[in-house]
Amino acid sequence: MKNKKYIPSLFIVLMLVVQAFAQPTAKAILDKVDKNMSADNMISESSMTVHGKRNSRTMTSKTYKVGDKQSFTEYLSPAREQGTKMLKLEDKLWIYAPSTDRTIQISGHMLRQSVMGSDMSYEDMMDDRKLTDIYDAVVIAEEMIDERNTYKVEMIANVVDVTYYKRVVWVDSERFVPLKEELFAKSGQLLKQTTLKEVKKIDGRWFPTSMVYKDMMKQGKGTEFNIISVKFNQDIPKYIFTKAALKQ
Amino acid sequence: MIRFLFKGILRDKNRSVLPIIVVTLGVILTVFLSTWIKGIFTDMIDINANFSTGHVKVATAAYFESTNAANDLALLDVDELVTNLKTDFPTVDWNKRINFGGLLDVADENGETRAQGPAAGQAVDLFSPDSKEAERMNIINSIVKGQLPSHAGEALISDDFAERFNVAVGEEVTLFGSTMYGSMMFYNFVVSGTVRFGNQLLDRGAIIVDITDAQIALDMENAAGEIFGFLQEGYDTEIAEEVKVAFNAKYYNEKDEFSPKMEQLNDQNGLSEYLVLIDSMSGIMSFIFIFAMSIVLWNTGLLGGLRRYTEFGIRLALGEEKKHIYRSLIYEAILIGLIGSIIGSAIGLGLGYWVQNHGLQLGASIQGGSMMMPTVFRTMVTPEAFYIGFIPGLLAMVIGNALSGVAIYKRQTAQLFKELEV
Repeated sequence: MKNKKYIPSLFIVLMLVVQAFAQPTAKAILDKVDKNMSADNMISESSMTVHGKRNSRTMTSKTYKVGDKQSFTEYLSPAREQGTKMLKLEDKLWIYAPSTDRTIQISGHMLRQSVMGSDMSYEDMMDDRKLTDIYDAVVIAEEMIDERNTYKVEMIANVVDVTYYKRVVWVDSERFVPLKEELFAKSGQLLKQTTLKEVKKIDGRWFPTSMVYKDMMKQGKGTEFNIISVKFNQDIPKYIFTKAALKQ
Repeated sequence: MIRFLFKGILRDKNRSVLPIIVVTLGVILTVFLSTWIKGIFTDMIDINANFSTGHVKVATAAYFESTNAANDLALLDVDELVTNLKTDFPTVDWNKRINFGGLLDVADENGETRAQGPAAGQAVDLFSPDSKEAERMNIINSIVKGQLPSHAGEALISDDFAERFNVAVGEEVTLFGSTMYGSMMFYNFVVSGTVRFGNQLLDRGAIIVDITDAQIALDMENAAGEIFGFLQEGYDTEIAEEVKVAFNAKYYNEKDEFSPKMEQLNDQNGLSEYLVLIDSMSGIMSFIFIFAMSIVLWNTGLLGGLRRYTEFGIRLALGEEKKHIYRSLIYEAILIGLIGSIIGSAIGLGLGYWVQNHGLQLGASIQGGSMMMPTVFRTMVTPEAFYIGFIPGLLAMVIGNALSGVAIYKRQTAQLFKELEV
C-alpha cells in the first residue's frame, strides 16, 4: 500500500525519460539539417522572382559553391542582368558588371541593401557561420506544417555580431529539412520569414527546391526562389573562386 | 517741458544711464534676433524649395507616402505630364527631378575598388538651354574645381568626397545602386567638377548628374521621381494652394496610389509648422521682450524712485501735484526709451546688415539631422526689423516707470515733514 503512492510519480518520470529519448536534441536536429542542406560543393541553377509594387521580374542564375565560404554566381537572364557576377570569399563580396567592366567590392552599410531588389540582403548571403556555433538552440514544440510533423527549434544568439538575434525554425521531423523559418530582431520584431516547399530527394538527400523569402518590413508578396537544377559533389575548378574569373 | 526734462536726463546721469543701457541692450537683442531668425528660416525654406520640395511638387501618392522616396514608385509618362502642366499652369516653371542613392566607387589601375562611399544623388536638367536648375540650386557658385557637366556621362561630385578619396577632375567613378525596377545599376561617370554647397545634408557624398543620364542609368526612360514647380513671383502659400487644388482635381485619383498628386511646400517635410513659427516668432519675441524688460525697468524705476524719494517729497511739499510729478516721470521714461530704442535699433540693424552680407559659419554645430539647414547662417533685415525692437523698447520703459511711479500717489502730504525730517 505504501509503495502504491509512488507509482504515478515513477510513471511521470518514466514518460519524461522516454519523451527525452524520443525527441532528438536541437543540436542533433540542426546537424541532420546541415547534412541535407550543406555539401562539400554544389552547382545549382535557379530562378528568383521579385514581386515589385508595379511588376514582377524573374532572373536566372548559376551558382558554384564550395562549403560555406566560397560561392560564385553568374546571372544568365534577363538581358540587363546577363553577365553580372558575384564572388563571395570568406567575409568579402565582389560584384562584376560587364556594362562598366568594373569589379566592385560591397562592404559596410551597402551589405544591408537588397540583392537585385529582392527581399534578401547581401548580409543575408554573407552570414555563413554554422547556426550551432552562434546560437543556443532548444526544441520548444512539435507542430504540423503542410501536413508534415515538424520540430520547432528556437535559437538565441550567443555572439554579438549577428544579424538576427533570434531564429525560429520548423524542421521536418522525418526528412530533416527546414519548412519554415522566422528571423527576429533583439526587440522581438519579426524581420524575415522563409517558407520552403517542394522537398525532393536529390543525390540521396532531401532538399527543398522552392522557397519564398519575405522581408516583413517591406510590403509585397516576398521573393520566390526556385531550384531549376542542382548537383552535389562536382569537380569545380579552383579558378572559379578568383577575382579573375569575374571578368571572364 | 521736454527740453527741461531732456536737460535733467543729460545732467543727472544716475537717473538715465542705467535705463538707457538696459533698453539699448534689449533692443539690440530683439532686432538682431529677429533678423537672425528671419534669415535662417528664409534660407531654410529656399534650400528646401530648391532641393527638396519645390514651391509645389508632383509625385505619385505612393512616393509621397514612402519614407525613402523610392524610385520604384516614380511617375511614368512624365514627358506628357510635363507638357500638360506647362499648358495648365504656364506661369509655373516645371522641372523633372530624380533622387537616387547608392555607392560611389573609385577604381584603381586594375579596375578594382580603390575607394568607395555612400552617395546621395540628384538628377536635374543641366543640358537644356532654358533650364534654370543649375542657377536655382546654386550649382555654378558651389563648384570648387572643374565645371558643370556639359556632356552625357559627366557628373559633379561632392568636394568632401573628392578630397577624402583623392578623386581628381576627369577621373571616372562608378555609381552602384538599384534601378527603378530593382535591378543592379552600374554606371560610369566622368567627374567634370566638385561642389560644396555648405550644407551638411547635401555635401555628404553628393553626386549631381543630368536628368537624361539618370534616366538611362536607373532604367527610368520617360519616368521621374518628382516634378518640381517654381512660382514666378516666389513662394506664396495661397497661390501654391490654388495650383495644388486645381491639379489634384484634374489628375489625382485617390484609389490609384500611382496617380500623380501635387503637394505644396508647406505640406512637405513638416515645413508648415516652421512657416507658422516664423510668422509668430516676431510677436512672441516682442511679448517676451516687453514682459521681461518691463520687470527689469520696473525694478530700475523702483530703485530710481527710492533714490529720488526725497526729491519727490520736496516737490510735493512745494505744492507740485502728484499727477504732474507722475506725468513728468512718464515723459522722462518716453525720452529715455526713445534714446535707448534709437541707439539699440541702430546697433541691432548694423549687426543685422553685417551678418546678412558676411554670414556666420556655424556648420560644425549642426551636424546630422534630416531637415535641410544652411551651414552659413545669414540674417535678413526686413522693414519689420526697424520697429520690432523700437516699440517694445519704448513701451517697456514707459510701463516700467508707470508701475514704479504709482508709489507717488501713496505719499501722504501730512507725513512729508516727518519724512523729510524738517
